[in-house]
Amino acid sequence: MRRNLFALLLLVLLLGGCATPLRGTGDLGLIIERADGSVLIVESTHQQTLARIEGLGDLSHASVVYSRDERYAYVFGRDGALTKVDMLRQRIAGRVMQSGNSIGGAISQDGRLVAVANYQPGGVKVFDAETLELMADIPAAYGDGKYSKVVGLEDSTGNRFAFSLYDAGEIWVADLHDPRNPVIEKFRDIGRLPYDALVSMDGRHYIAGLFGEDGLALLDLWHPERGVQRILDNYGRGEQPLPVYKMPHLEGWALSEEHAFLPAIGRHELLIVDRRTWQEAGRIALHGQPVFAMARPDGRQIWINFAHPHNDTVQVIDTVKQQVIATLTPGKAILHMEFTPRGEHIWLSVRDEDRVDVYDTTTLKRIAELPARKPSGIFFTARAHRIGL
Amino acid sequence: MSRHLLLLLLGMAILASAMPLQANAEIDPARQGELLHLLRHDCGSCHGMTLKGGLGPALLPDTLAGKPAATLEATVLYGRAGTPMPPWRGLLTEAEVAWLVAILMKGVPDAP
Repeated sequence: MRRNLFALLLLVLLLGGCATPLRGTGDLGLIIERADGSVLIVESTHQQTLARIEGLGDLSHASVVYSRDERYAYVFGRDGALTKVDMLRQRIAGRVMQSGNSIGGAISQDGRLVAVANYQPGGVKVFDAETLELMADIPAAYGDGKYSKVVGLEDSTGNRFAFSLYDAGEIWVADLHDPRNPVIEKFRDIGRLPYDALVSMDGRHYIAGLFGEDGLALLDLWHPERGVQRILDNYGRGEQPLPVYKMPHLEGWALSEEHAFLPAIGRHELLIVDRRTWQEAGRIALHGQPVFAMARPDGRQIWINFAHPHNDTVQVIDTVKQQVIATLTPGKAILHMEFTPRGEHIWLSVRDEDRVDVYDTTTLKRIAELPARKPSGIFFTARAHRIGL
Repeated sequence: MSRHLLLLLLGMAILASAMPLQANAEIDPARQGELLHLLRHDCGSCHGMTLKGGLGPALLPDTLAGKPAATLEATVLYGRAGTPMPPWRGLLTEAEVAWLVAILMKGVPDAP
């Protein structure tokens, strides 16, 4: 009897010791600490850091996607590692070294597959999201036995992934309905050196930016039979492009109902495109070479950061007025920006000042700062429910 | 005699400082720190923070071996047409570029 009581007491103590308060994950996120190979788990309701997780390898170019339950983060590291992070237990839940050098990845519509774009060896690998078991290996072979670096890997509807071959100038669409037997459709001669791409929020339009060409490549994934179309042809009007000290990232895909806003390459401009005709609808002069052009979730504002040597500045654009409404200088080396799920705040990583700033997007005032070591990408869990993020 | 020795020593010291450390001597330590930071974080955005390569090629001593320093310096200063490599002339001086190329060929000291 007494022994039973003791056992019960022990059980209660053990359970009590393990229990952490229940919480959701919808206001959580990760901040990449690029030089240390660590990530911070942050919470955006009270702007606080919950934990630092170390041992993720080389995160000098890293990005993150989330499982559909927003419990797990998949971190794509520069060194080819894919790391699964448990946002609630605040620890690494799985990790594979899947290539020698990778650039980013995407998660399938049904959340079961995580795909990674690799530079070395060039291609795409697809993993089971739960176990990280390799499901498909898609080498980016082209020409005479060569392999291309892969960029701009984006998820679309129907468990398809679209990606671009940097060296080959091709766009491939991989259908992974049957994950072990991907069906690949290849679009050739889409233009020279596609360097990044984006997919619209409805998963329909895949657009690849081209380096050294005045234009972008558009693929309508609802009508792949129409092939790849060149848009914004000759946007540079044949002028000599300015040097680009950091390649733009197109992932931010700034959209309003009528327009798309795209960073020009080699020009200090944001290009405005009519979404129905894909013709140029204007351009906005900027402070420098834009890197990210991120639309606030309601589409009313676009926040832009810049390449070296203008990377201490952020500009805010009003999409109705189509003009710059604010030029902010938050600090040295603004590498990334992330809106809270409904866009009332934006978080900015200030790499060279070891800090992340939080701004109110209405007052454009800084409301909080968090210490972080050489922060780069900021990724909130709300991305789990957005196609192409 | 001792004056000759002194002159000899002085001459050797001048020669030693003039040869391998020529670029070094022109760049003060604070600027060297800035250049290393630029190398890892800004060059690193294409070449990788650990210089193992990314969209741009690796910049490790092994991959650079056998390439003339002058060619590498010209690439940094004037960029490479038809590729994303931009010209750094205007942002970096020739002496700074020579110093960076020498460091790259030896291996960046704090590279892991």
